Amino acid sequence: MGFKFVVLWTDVVMWLMVLGVLLYARVVRRDQALRATWRRVFTRPAAMASAVVLLSMLVITLADSIHFRRALPLVEGSVRAYDARTESVLDLALAKLIQSRENSYSRPWATHGFLKESVPLPAGVKPELDEFGVPKLPPRAFPRLKHGGAGLTDPDGQWAGDIALRLSLGTASALMVAGLLRWPLLRLQRRQSRAAAQAGDALAWGAAWWALSALLLVAGWCVALSWGQGYHVLGTDRTGNDVLYQALKSVRTAFVIGGLASLATLPLALLLGIAAGYFKGWVDDVIQYIYTVLSSVPNILLIAACVLMVQVFLDKNPELFETGLERADLKIFLLCLILGLTGWAGLCRLLRAETLKLRELEFVQAAVAFGASPWRIMRHHILPNVMHLVLITTVLEFSSLILYEAVLSYVGVGVDPAMNSFGGLINQARMEMARDPIVWWSFAAAFVFMVTIVLAANLFADAVRDAFDPRARVVRPVRRLLAPAR
Amino acid sequence: MLSYVLRRLAYGFVILIGVNLITFVLFFTVNTPDDMARLNLGGKRVTQDQIDKWKAERGYDKPMLYNAEAQGSARLTETVFWERSVSLFVFDFGRADNAAGGDIGHEIRQRMGVSLSLTVPIFILGLLASVILSLWLVMFRGLPVDFWGVVVCVVMMSISALFYIIVGQFLFAKQAMLAPVSGYASGLDAARFLVLPIGLMVVASLAGQARFYRTLFLEEVSKDYVRTARAKGLGETVVLGRHVLRNAALPIITSAGSALPGLFMGGLLTESFFGIPGLGAYTIDAIGSQDFAIVRAMVFLGSVLYILTNILIDVVYTWADPRVRMQ
Repeated sequence: MGFKFVVLWTDVVMWLMVLGVLLYARVVRRDQALRATWRRVFTRPAAMASAVVLLSMLVITLADSIHFRRALPLVEGSVRAYDARTESVLDLALAKLIQSRENSYSRPWATHGFLKESVPLPAGVKPELDEFGVPKLPPRAFPRLKHGGAGLTDPDGQWAGDIALRLSLGTASALMVAGLLRWPLLRLQRRQSRAAAQAGDALAWGAAWWALSALLLVAGWCVALSWGQGYHVLGTDRTGNDVLYQALKSVRTAFVIGGLASLATLPLALLLGIAAGYFKGWVDDVIQYIYTVLSSVPNILLIAACVLMVQVFLDKNPELFETGLERADLKIFLLCLILGLTGWAGLCRLLRAETLKLRELEFVQAAVAFGASPWRIMRHHILPNVMHLVLITTVLEFSSLILYEAVLSYVGVGVDPAMNSFGGLINQARMEMARDPIVWWSFAAAFVFMVTIVLAANLFADAVRDAFDPRARVVRPVRRLLAPAR
Repeated sequence: MLSYVLRRLAYGFVILIGVNLITFVLFFTVNTPDDMARLNLGGKRVTQDQIDKWKAERGYDKPMLYNAEAQGSARLTETVFWERSVSLFVFDFGRADNAAGGDIGHEIRQRMGVSLSLTVPIFILGLLASVILSLWLVMFRGLPVDFWGVVVCVVMMSISALFYIIVGQFLFAKQAMLAPVSGYASGLDAARFLVLPIGLMVVASLAGQARFYRTLFLEEVSKDYVRTARAKGLGETVVLGRHVLRNAALPIITSAGSALPGLFMGGLLTESFFGIPGLGAYTIDAIGSQDFAIVRAMVFLGSVLYILTNILIDVVYTWADPRVRMQ
């Protein structure tokens, strides 16, 4: 059975970003000062745990960033054709969740549907007549799910036992893996010298283990519950699709938006911010004018306007994509570019102010005296000295962009409706919350996943800011001095 | 003072020219009116006649920048740029692109008050609540209350505003029936409909602001004048409430300006969730029906409001800090 790889725009960028991070890690390894600063980030237990959570989400994202299309069975005398559906490696791993599609809503861990359906009478049986001689309506009951708990012969009696068995199996296997991992992580912890531990400079491997164990436990439960003839861990949506699958697919969308869009702000912000600060004069005036204009337009309106234009563009050029997924991907790619083009003003302002300060310092003056070209000075002397600002802003942006995506999708200018995203899940949940009895699980799934990712990103960003921002370090010890005095 | 405000207004006008150019480029050169017509009429099988009719009805059939066929000044005024972009400066928004073709200016006048009665309380109450919360946290700095307060703030910051709105609407309106689920009434009766959205948006923006203000206050608390105040024997409440608050007010006022975009977004969300007929709901409807004229008008109006509010904040800033001279 053949297949062909489909290279999507965002796939390329995601992998390039991973490559970039790896290259940066190499630079950090070699640079002692940088290494010490990053060390400070990972001495914080919260940051270490967040990093573990983010990394595991990144693994999901990357598994979802290798796309291919299966070859259709060859028909005699025809060219090889490929399935219109584009799948990813993650889809392969979650094939079971995709296949176990129900008819409609079902609660998490349910064996029966959520909505009553008419039960068709067995063939040959005539419907009973009521006193007027009119056939009675078929009885209505909660239908048995096709896949949820399909192995149970007596769902009411066996359900609790089956769930308990699966949960304990999941817990046991998760604990086993966590126990196996405890050794190497503890070794790492111990290998750090006692001096480092006393100076508060020890990497928080313990926190990493706890975070990993918690993730393993949750993953263990999910796997055990859905294994074989299992259940829908987070229920199914209106069309019977597994909500857990949708939530897992949404992780990639969130990462693409968060990563790509914050990356897209960098070129303009760096170039214009440093140029404005270095050259001053009319260059500064022009650049200031441009970013004041941009930031004067309420961001969401500007994005809405841009996205409407992109929609027109996509409608006009249908030859740019082969499948629906490629269209959705191009749209999210352009959305990220839009977010980048509309969101660089803040960082630009920061960089301009910092460059204004730096250009008066001796090392820059010395470079000028040596006759270095402005481009060289900006690139070699100023850029490395503002990188901490860039890093802090990018990491901070990441979480706010994930939150922003949900709002944009709600307003109708976000990602393609065909693409799984947290915004889409929330949007759909909004209608479901109005039902009675309410359908709460898509909403809960979006909530749990989003809060986990954004919280982890926020905590990590805080640690990065505290480690890299020289001002934050000045404030901290003062706080520590004040505390015992009270 | 007056000359400062006038100068700021003049610069604001220059900024608006830029905004206007951006919107013009965005709406008329990235895609031609033909494309807009096709999207608006829908479907692939739109004939050129239909497109021409659509454009003629809305005045998009004129030349873009320069009308060679017209006479005199009409060469410049009988153009899409003049009629659709320059006229925005006198708040002549024209008609909507949709089939009804309602007068946008009329709609905006109708809805402006509604939106302001929602966003102004959100802004003021949100500022008050977060200042009070952060002062309270600073009062307990270094203690477990402060630590857990910050933890709660970080968790609350990580929750999308959408969740606050959906859950709040469900709990308070549907379950407890403390407020109507959605809708609006004119006059004083409107308060009944506005309480819940305002409260929810204040809560949604509370954590992030409070945490930020807390760091501002902490920076002030470590300064010499605070020690002097304590040495004089002033109580903690007076020190924080009078001395620290006044000095930290300046960065807070500055940062209030950066909260404005969020306010726009909050208005957009709450209005559409709670069925409040303000500008936000109007904009969302326009985006949904791909009505370019309305979106264009809202971009311009939003920028005007943004620039004016920023000038206002600067004036307040100079009023709050006598050291700042207006230049």
